[in-house]
Amino acid sequence: MLGIVGTVPDIRVPLIHGPARLVDGHLRLADRRLPVNRGTPALLAAALKAAEYLDGPEIYAVLAGDRGTGQGSRSVYAFLTEQVRELDVQVLTFHYLLPDVDWHNKVLFAVEAMARRPLLIADAGFMYAAKMSGQASAYDFFTPDAGELAFLADAMAPHPFYTRGFILHQHNKVEELIHQAYRDDNAAAHLVVKGETDYIVRNDQVVATVGSPSFPAMEAIGGTGDTLTGLLSCLCGAGFEPTAAAVAAATANRLCGLFANPTPATQVAELIDAIPQALARAVRDRPA
Amino acid sequence: MFGWLKRIGSGRRATTRSDAVDRGIMVFEHTSEVIRCETLLKERELPVRVMGPPPEIQTGCDLVIEFPLIEELNIRRVLEQAGMLPLTIVPVTAPLLTPVDLFAVTDFGDYLMVRAANMKMTVARDTLEIVNISGGGCPDVPYLASEMVGKTLAAAPRPRDIGHTLCGYALQLAYEELCRRCSV
Repeated sequence: MLGIVGTVPDIRVPLIHGPARLVDGHLRLADRRLPVNRGTPALLAAALKAAEYLDGPEIYAVLAGDRGTGQGSRSVYAFLTEQVRELDVQVLTFHYLLPDVDWHNKVLFAVEAMARRPLLIADAGFMYAAKMSGQASAYDFFTPDAGELAFLADAMAPHPFYTRGFILHQHNKVEELIHQAYRDDNAAAHLVVKGETDYIVRNDQVVATVGSPSFPAMEAIGGTGDTLTGLLSCLCGAGFEPTAAAVAAATANRLCGLFANPTPATQVAELIDAIPQALARAVRDRPA
Repeated sequence: MFGWLKRIGSGRRATTRSDAVDRGIMVFEHTSEVIRCETLLKERELPVRVMGPPPEIQTGCDLVIEFPLIEELNIRRVLEQAGMLPLTIVPVTAPLLTPVDLFAVTDFGDYLMVRAANMKMTVARDTLEIVNISGGGCPDVPYLASEMVGKTLAAAPRPRDIGHTLCGYALQLAYEELCRRCSV
């Protein structure tokens, strides 16, 4: 089973958890019907679409409403601290949560106490907290974009908002930033660096790059990073080896562009619809 | 809960020469309070800046307000009147982290995208409608996108008014840069 935790931008949603479903283009979780236009619901929708194609894995979601005050994030953190041991998940993906180092450490401590440690994927705010905690190497995957990679490479920055200019200016020197992040122990075992070319990294070695098809407009579309993380999570949960999962996820995410013909005004839900087609081709064409 | 306040209060005062201290920081419980206070103090033309907190009080998503200590009484008065007093005010001498002030601009022809730190905002050139918001990782990003996408730059709520986090603040910078470039 794949576990996905995060938040939704609706403070009327209390802490909810259970098996997630995609019904008529909406996320169904614990009798709630949630739009999938962005954020963790977009990640979940991408993972659920991929699971339809792959015929698994089952996806268990933990969500709470949070508009940035941290209230919902804290309820998710508290739930995980107390309950994560009970979750039978092979992969656990952390997403839009207010970065909070103390809570991060409590959650990681609880995860380390699980009978079988799942593969850990951190994206968005939880990745920021994981880096700031100094425990990045406890994770199997981080999925930064170019700006977030600069943040990982800046040992001083507690949040991308404080990434120093001389490092931000090096956004075209992706491999140097990757090495810097590993030198300071601020990277997970694997990275998927999202950008004009996606870099797949394992233990400070670039093991693959994915650069085609290329649709520059996709950078503007909110949620394309979420869908990539959703695809990666699902492929890992389906038993793909981490590097193969990362390459297939990056390829499929790009192929969604091929099938959806995006402009900078395209909404991510349009791309999610193309996932089965895109994933079929990405898996079919993957290197032996 | 706020043991760190003692750490920054006692330690720094004891080891700093008094004549070197000319700046202080105001610490608030939530980033959204910092953003509201900055707005209020700047409206009164008080010389304040939002900065990163010293390492000993960083929790993950936080800002402080830096100000000249000589203005402390004025600032306290304004904040008292507004009912927005900080958790504490302490002097600082060490350099503070500076928010990002670099912008990356991508011209898609019919659309213009501005990135500030990890946040990107894209508008249609002809209508100035915000068509997408991407990047970021704090939980107010999806909320900000839901409130702003589909509205024009002039009609959309400002991220600083409805956001709560550093990602929201970064989006405000991208929004201001787009307004500047589009003469809004």
